[in-house]
Amino acid sequence: MTLTDAQQLGYINAQAADGRVNVELETDDGMVLNMGPQHPATHGTLRLVARLDGEQVTSADVMCGYMHRGYEKLCEVRSYPQVTTLVNRIDWLGSFANEVPFILAAEQLMEVEAPPRAQWIRTLLFELSRIANVSLFIGDLALQLGAQTPAFYAFRDREFVLNQIESVTGGRFHPNFDRIGGLKDDLPKGWIAETKAAMVRLRAFCDEMEGLVYGNEIFQSRTRGVGVIPAAIAQSYGLSGANLRGSGVDWDLRRDANVGLVYDQLDWKVWTHPDGDSYSRCWVRLQEVREATKIVDQICDGLPSGAIMAKVPRIIKVPAGEAYIATENPLGQMGYYVVSKGDTGPFRVKIRSASFNNISIAPWLLRGVYVPDIITILASLYFILGDIDR
Amino acid sequence: MISLSVLGVELAYWQVTSLRVLGVLLAVVLPAGAFVYLFLFKMMSFMQSRLGPMEAGPFGSMQLLAEVGKFLQKEDIVPERADRRLFFIAPYIVLASTFLLFSVMPFGPDVYFTNLDTGIFLALGLSSVSVIGILIAGWASANKYSLIGGIRAAGQLIAYELPMVLAVVGVVIQAGTLNLQGIVAAQHQGEIFGFSGIGNPFLLTQFVAFGVFLVATQAELTQTPFDMPVAESEIVTGYMTEYSGLRFLLFFIGEFATAGAFAALAATLFLGGWALPFVSLDDNAMNFIGPLVLFAKILMVGFLIFWARFTFPRFREDQLQAFAWKYLIPIALINILVTMILKVAF
Repeated sequence: MTLTDAQQLGYINAQAADGRVNVELETDDGMVLNMGPQHPATHGTLRLVARLDGEQVTSADVMCGYMHRGYEKLCEVRSYPQVTTLVNRIDWLGSFANEVPFILAAEQLMEVEAPPRAQWIRTLLFELSRIANVSLFIGDLALQLGAQTPAFYAFRDREFVLNQIESVTGGRFHPNFDRIGGLKDDLPKGWIAETKAAMVRLRAFCDEMEGLVYGNEIFQSRTRGVGVIPAAIAQSYGLSGANLRGSGVDWDLRRDANVGLVYDQLDWKVWTHPDGDSYSRCWVRLQEVREATKIVDQICDGLPSGAIMAKVPRIIKVPAGEAYIATENPLGQMGYYVVSKGDTGPFRVKIRSASFNNISIAPWLLRGVYVPDIITILASLYFILGDIDR
Repeated sequence: MISLSVLGVELAYWQVTSLRVLGVLLAVVLPAGAFVYLFLFKMMSFMQSRLGPMEAGPFGSMQLLAEVGKFLQKEDIVPERADRRLFFIAPYIVLASTFLLFSVMPFGPDVYFTNLDTGIFLALGLSSVSVIGILIAGWASANKYSLIGGIRAAGQLIAYELPMVLAVVGVVIQAGTLNLQGIVAAQHQGEIFGFSGIGNPFLLTQFVAFGVFLVATQAELTQTPFDMPVAESEIVTGYMTEYSGLRFLLFFIGEFATAGAFAALAATLFLGGWALPFVSLDDNAMNFIGPLVLFAKILMVGFLIFWARFTFPRFREDQLQAFAWKYLIPIALINILVTMILKVAF
């Protein structure tokens, strides 16, 4: 196929979107500050182009795609069991949580249901990955605001959770443990007691962070009233997770649209905060870590016995159809829209990851703030680059 | 003609002067090295539940040499659009201001470079010279982060110069002299409510000034929570962004040597300087013990500085300015007023 000159020009123009921004760096009205793709505060390759008037941001654009790995396309040339390896790497801090909605969607298409024990252990690992993810967020948040020590405390105590995930799945970061119809293995011996000890440790970590970070006057003055998202705006931008609950919207997929996991059989609470500022988002996350440790404790106590794998064929062929399953991942709503044509691999997978929508509010939120507040707001929105770019 | 008797040997003027130059060099390098190793490497690591450097020498004590060697090997990169001459000169201005600070610092009855009548006045004046170097570095780097960092540094250092000077004024009123030796003597010979056992370290009577001085020091050193000029998560270490190799090392030494200088200043003003209680100020032995005493006190102040550095998050630029003008300066002024009234009353 040959392209006309006009088509070629159009193609080049579309490719050179970043180039255009670079040209705009030279404009006369105010200073344009280009943050990223390599910038210590974006923990990944997010690019932020902010126009400044002094230290005040007049407008900011978020450029993503520097880490696009084409997972949706790659899924089309993988078989169903192989996809979990890919999706592990989307939100790399809470990897197991990425596998669950995809496996649930495939199970729905195959009309298979995992046995109760598998569902309970799935929920358990799901919450452990939430703790691993969000506890690191708390440390990272402090680091972005200039305090180094809490980051190391977060790394130290996250290790207890990662050890537990590792001893079940064999992988610290990328478990690749979920299977269609259940799980790969059962829990190892003595694991329950160790996990409970780790949860005690994590609750102590939460208390420590509450004193060291959240209770600090400087931290509060940096985050309170900064980056306020009203509930209506938050909903209109499609925010999810703690960003939405921090704006006072009581919405949690674990409670409101629970599929395949056992949250309806547990006693837990959805935390919200009415303020909608950076502090409330961070506060909600801290409470969610606490709540997750309680959920883990309950699951450890009430774990049913039985098989961990349902009867599924050796070679998995998913019947033709479409399914969309979303779960409340550490970062927010994560959904997989799986289209099958009856093959061993999916025909099309659309991944709705939370960070992509969460970061979309940044240009609206960053207008008129000071440069240091860019960091506060981005840190409190809490995105993972792999979750934005996929 | 000044002469100094060391172990009974009378030294000539040029010998004394060379010794003093050597002493100032040592005084700059020793606290800087001790701060980096003891506080930045070790104390910070222990606070953060890790070990820090452990491989180079026992407990990583040779790590400093390794770091210096690393920086010396690195390529000295100058950005294409940088103002080369200013870019080269900036770190030396910063370092020079630090060296000059030590020139008025007394380490013992005869261990000093100069003994000016207006020593503390000169020290505070010299400490602001580094702003020029930082501003030059920020401008000459041809980098927006550096420029923001340089301007932030200038605004911050000017804002915190004032509370620092006002805090020192309280001490000067109480000591009745601007001479640093005189301030040491005043603390050694002073008495608290008639009790003269340990003299009167001004920490006890000027504790408000000490607090203000330490906070202002923290800001002058651009240490957390006042590290916006070098905030690595916002503006990528600010004015140092484009510096590498030797020139970065100079900035680094400058930063920690200045920390040493301010700690020495705080130790001299508030902790009694090189003097020891119960030991006469004229004692010749103090020429040898004095530097060690002062060094110990420098480490004590340094501990406070770095403790805060590892604990707090950083302020925002406007909050920092508000903190200086709304809280620190009024507190320092009230302290001066109270000191004056008490000085006249007693």
